[in-house]
Amino acid sequence: MNAFVAILRRDLLLAMRRKSEMLTALFFFMIVVSLFPLGIGPETALLRRIAPGVLWVAALLAAMLSLNRLFAADHQDGTLEQMALSPTPLALLVSGKVLAHWLTAGLPLVLLAPVLGLQFDLSSRALGILMLSLLLGTPLLSLIGAIGAALTLGVRGGGVLLSLLVLPLYIPALIFGAGAVEADMAGLGAGGHLSLLGALLALGLFFAPWATTAALRIALE
Amino acid sequence: MSQPLINWFKFASPASFYPLAGKMWPWFAALATAFAAAGLWISFFVAPTDFQQGEGYRIIFIHVPASWMSMFIYCVMAFWSAIGIGFNTRLSGMMSSALAPTGALFAFLSLWTGALWGKPMWGAWWVWDARLTSELILLFLYLGYIALTAAIDDPRRADKAGAIVSLVGVINVPIIYFSVKWWNTLHQGASVSMTKAPTMAATMLWGMLLMALAFWMYSIAVALYRVRAIILERERHATWVAELLEMQR
Repeated sequence: MNAFVAILRRDLLLAMRRKSEMLTALFFFMIVVSLFPLGIGPETALLRRIAPGVLWVAALLAAMLSLNRLFAADHQDGTLEQMALSPTPLALLVSGKVLAHWLTAGLPLVLLAPVLGLQFDLSSRALGILMLSLLLGTPLLSLIGAIGAALTLGVRGGGVLLSLLVLPLYIPALIFGAGAVEADMAGLGAGGHLSLLGALLALGLFFAPWATTAALRIALE
Repeated sequence: MSQPLINWFKFASPASFYPLAGKMWPWFAALATAFAAAGLWISFFVAPTDFQQGEGYRIIFIHVPASWMSMFIYCVMAFWSAIGIGFNTRLSGMMSSALAPTGALFAFLSLWTGALWGKPMWGAWWVWDARLTSELILLFLYLGYIALTAAIDDPRRADKAGAIVSLVGVINVPIIYFSVKWWNTLHQGASVSMTKAPTMAATMLWGMLLMALAFWMYSIAVALYRVRAIILERERHATWVAELLEMQR
C-alpha cells in the first residue's frame, strides 16, 4: 500500500510541475463546450436540452487528450520497466497512476462542469446531478483510457489510434452519464442511471487495472 | 495419460496447420457456393412476396445473416484471443487477425443493406434504433482492432495487443448493447420496431437459414485462405517455407 501512495504522490508532483498540460486539457474542455452555442444558436430552451450531452461529450474528449501522457514519459526513461520488475504488483502501481490521472484530469472537469452548465441555463438541481454523474463517470474514463494508453504505448500514430480504440468503449459511460441529467430534467429520477454508472465503475475498478497491466507487459516485452 | 485420438496441439503449429488449411478451404468454399446458390434461388424465386413489404423485404436474406455473422465472428476472435493469451500459441493471433476483415465486412454489409431496406420501409436511411447503433459500434470495434494490429510492427506484439482489445471489446459488447437499448427507450426516437415483424413464412426462414450457412462457410473458407497468407508472410524465414517453395518450383 505504501508503494501505491508513493506512486500517487510522485505522479501528482510531476503533474504539478507541469501545470500547463493539465490546464490545456481544461481549456480544451471549456472551448469545446462554448463552441456549441455558437454553432447551434442561443435559444435557451434548446441549449438546456442539449447541455448534458454536450458537457459529457466534451468531458470525454478532454479526458482522452491527457491519456497519452499517462505512461509515455515513464516508458521513455525506463521507469516503467523498473515498475514491472519491482516486487509490488504492477496492477497496484497502475491503479495509483490511474488515480493520479483522474485527480489531475478528471476531477477538474467535475469541478468546472457546473460553471459551464450555467452558460446553458441548467437549474441548480440539474447541475448537481451533472456533477454527480461526472464524479462517477470520469474515474471510469480514466480506467478504460488506461487500457488504451497501455496498448498504444510506443506505437506509430498512437494518439489517433487511442481515440479509435477508446471512444467506442466510452459510449456506455456517455449514455448513462448524460442520461442521468436528462432523466432528472424530464422528471423520471436519475437514480437508475447513476446506479448503472456506479456498477460500471465497480466493474472497471476490478477489471481495468488488470487489463492495463497485461497490455503494459506486452509493450515492455 | 492416454494418447488422444487427434493431437490438437499439433495443429497449433503454423507449419502443420498450413497444409491442413490448404486442404480444407476449397471444401468450405465449395459448400459456401452451393448453399449460396440454393439460398439465393429460394429467396428470389420460391419465397412469396410479402403482402406488407412487397419485394423489398428480400434484402433480409442478406441483411440478417450478415448481422449474425458480424456478431459471431467477433466472439470467435475473442475466443482465439483468449486461447492465444492462455496458451501463448502463435496461430491463435493469426486466426484472430485473419477473421477481423471478414467480420468488419459483414458489419458494414449489414449496415449498408439495413439502410437500403430502411429507406422504403421506414422512409429513412438511418434511425437511431438500438440494433443499428450497436452494429455501428461493433464496426468501430472491428476497425479499432484492425488499426491497432496494423500500427504495431512486431507481429507477436500486435497479436497480443489485439487479443487484449478483442477481449475488452467482447466484455463491452453486451454492455454497449443494453446501454444503447435503454438510451433508445428513454428518447423514444424510433417509432418502428424490428422485433414486431410479422411471422415469417417457412420458405423465408429456409432461405435465410441457407444464406446464413453460406455466409458461415464463406467466412471459414476466407479465414483459412487468409491465415495461410499470414502464415507464409510471418514464417518466411523458416526452413519449411523455403522447402515448400522448392517443392513447388
